[in-house]
Amino acid sequence: MNLNAVWTIYVFEMRRFFRTITQSLVSPVLSTSLYFVVFGAAIGSRIQEVEGVSYGAFIVPGLIMLSVMTQATSNASFGIYFPKFIGTIYELLSAPISFLEVVMGYVGAAATKALFIGIIILITAFFFVDIQIAHPFAMMAFLVLTCISFSLLGFIIGIWADNFEKLQLIPLLVITPLVFLGGSFYSITMLPPVWQTITLFNPVVYLISGFRWSFFGAADVGIGISLFAIALFTGACMAIIWWIFRTGWRIRQ
Amino acid sequence: MSAIVSVKNLRKSYAGGFEALKSVSLDIEDGEILALLGPNGAGKTTLISTICGITVPTSGSITVGGFDTQTQFRAARSLIGLVPQEINLEPFETVMNSVSFSRGLFGKPRNDAYIEDVLKQLSLHDKKDNKIMTLSGGMKRRVLIAKALSHEPRVLFLDEPTAGVDVELRKDMWEVVAGLKASGVTIILTTHYIEEAEAIADRVGVINKGEILLVQDKADLMAQMGQKQLKIELAEATATIPDMLAGYDLERAGDGMSLTYSYDTKGERTGITTLLNDLQKAGLQMKDIQTQQSSLEDIFVGLVKETS
Ligand SMILES: Nc1ncnc2c1ncn2[C@@H]1O[C@H](COP(=O)(O)OP(=O)(O)O)[C@@H](O)[C@H]1O
Ligand SMILES: [Mg+2]
Repeated sequence: MNLNAVWTIYVFEMRRFFRTITQSLVSPVLSTSLYFVVFGAAIGSRIQEVEGVSYGAFIVPGLIMLSVMTQATSNASFGIYFPKFIGTIYELLSAPISFLEVVMGYVGAAATKALFIGIIILITAFFFVDIQIAHPFAMMAFLVLTCISFSLLGFIIGIWADNFEKLQLIPLLVITPLVFLGGSFYSITMLPPVWQTITLFNPVVYLISGFRWSFFGAADVGIGISLFAIALFTGACMAIIWWIFRTGWRIRQ
Repeated sequence: MSAIVSVKNLRKSYAGGFEALKSVSLDIEDGEILALLGPNGAGKTTLISTICGITVPTSGSITVGGFDTQTQFRAARSLIGLVPQEINLEPFETVMNSVSFSRGLFGKPRNDAYIEDVLKQLSLHDKKDNKIMTLSGGMKRRVLIAKALSHEPRVLFLDEPTAGVDVELRKDMWEVVAGLKASGVTIILTTHYIEEAEAIADRVGVINKGEILLVQDKADLMAQMGQKQLKIELAEATATIPDMLAGYDLERAGDGMSLTYSYDTKGERTGITTLLNDLQKAGLQMKDIQTQQSSLEDIFVGLVKETS
C-alpha cells in the first residue's frame, strides 16, 4: 500500500476545494437558509408538528442529507472525471499505485468535503431553529457513512461518464428526485398508503429516516433496517468499484 | 551492459481490433539513449504506454529492472519516468505543486530541495509559483519533464519531447538529456526528427506499422548503410567521362565541371587513391574535392519505403 500516494491525492483534491472555499461554502449555506425561511418559517408556521417535532426542526436532518448526498456525488464524480477529461490521468495509471489507492484518495477527499458542508449546514440550522441531537455519535456515524457511500457512487459515475452531460445526468435524474421523494421535507407516514409502499423502494428513505432517528429518537422505519440499507448500498458501490478495478473498465485500454 | 527494459513478443490490439503492435521484441540497455524513429501511427506511443502501464498488453511480456510490469507493477513502475506526447497538465495548479504531486504519487517523501534542483536544471525555477495555464507551450513541456524526473527514475521515456518546440528549446532539451545520461539514467525517446536521433542517440530503432524494423548502434548503422560521396571539382569541364575511368561509376554534374564518386565507407578499399591517380592519368585537373556522408534520414526513408 502506497499511503504516501493516497495522502498526495487527498491533499491535492482538498486544495481544489479550499481554492474555491467561498463558492464551496456560501452556496450551501445560502440555499439552506432559504429553505429555512421558506419551509421552516413561511410554510412551517402553518404546520403544527410532525412526529412531535416542530416542522422547522423536522426538516433539518433531511436538508443536511440532501446537501451531503448531492455534494458527495458531484465532488467525487468530478474529482475523477477531471483528470480523465484533461488527460492527467496518465499519471495515475503509470504510478506505482493500485486502483485502491486512487479510490481512497479521491473518495476520501470528496467525502471530507461533503462532511464539511454537512456540518456547516447543521451549524447554520442552529441559528434558525431549536434542535437537540438525541444520539450525537450515531448522527456523526450516519453522516460519515453517507458521505463515503455517496462519494463511492460519485466515483463510479465519474469513471463511467465520458462527457459532461453524463456527469450531470445521474445526479440530476436519479439522486435529486430520490432525495426529494425520500422524505427530506415530510414524514412518509404523511403519504397515502400506496405511495408509502412505493417509497420503501427508495434507498434514500432509509438514510434520511436513520439520520432523523439520531436527532429525534423516532423514525419512519426501524434504525436496524436503516443501517442495513446503508450497509447494502455501500457494499454494492464497493463491489462495482472492485469490478472496475479488476477489468480496467473505461480507464485502462 | 544488461537490459533494463526487456520487451518480448509484445502484441497490442485496441478495442476495435486494430493491431497497433505486432509481436515487438526489444531490449533496452542500462544507461543508453535509444531513439525510436517512426512515422505517425507507427506505434511508438502505444509501445511506451504499454511499458508504462497506461495500456494493457494483449500478449507478451515486459520487464523493467527485472520486474514484470503486470505482476510486479509497483516495483517496475517505480523505476520509470514518463513524459507523454500530449501536454496534459492541471491548468490551475502551480508548477511546484504539480511537480510535487508527481513525486508523492510515486510514494516518495516530500523533498522540496530536490524538486527545486530539477526546476533549476530545466530553467523553470523562476516559474515555480506560477499557475501552469500562464506558461508557454515550451514551458509546459518542461513541466512535464520535471514531473517525470520528480521521483528520480532510472528509466525515462520521452514521447516526442521536441515536437512543435523551437530550435533553441530543442537544443536545451538535448543538453538536459545528455546530463541525465551522464547521471546514469536510461533514456528512450521517440521522434520523427531524424536529426534528433542523429544528434543524441546511442542506438536507433526504427518502427513502422507496429513492427520494429531494426535496432542498431547509431554509428554502425550509419557506417553499414551509409554511403559516402566524393565530389571532385574540375579545373576545366569535361564533355564525357574518359573510358579509362568507366569502372568507377562516376556521375557527371554541373555541365561536366564536377564528378561524383560513391563509395562504401565500410568496404575494404574505398578506391579513392587509385581513382585520384587515374584521374591524373586521364588528364583531368582537379580544383577541389569534398566528401559527403548520407544521413540517417536517407536510411530511414529507405527502410520505411520498403515496408509500405
Ligand atoms: N485508443 C486507441 N484506439 C484505437 N486505435 C488506436 C488508439 N490509440 C492509437 N491507435 C492506433 O494505433 C496506431 C499507433 O498509434 P500510436 O502508437 O499513437 O502511433 P505513434 O505514436 O507512432 O504516432 C495508430 O494507427 C492509431 O490510430
Ligand atoms: Mg505518438
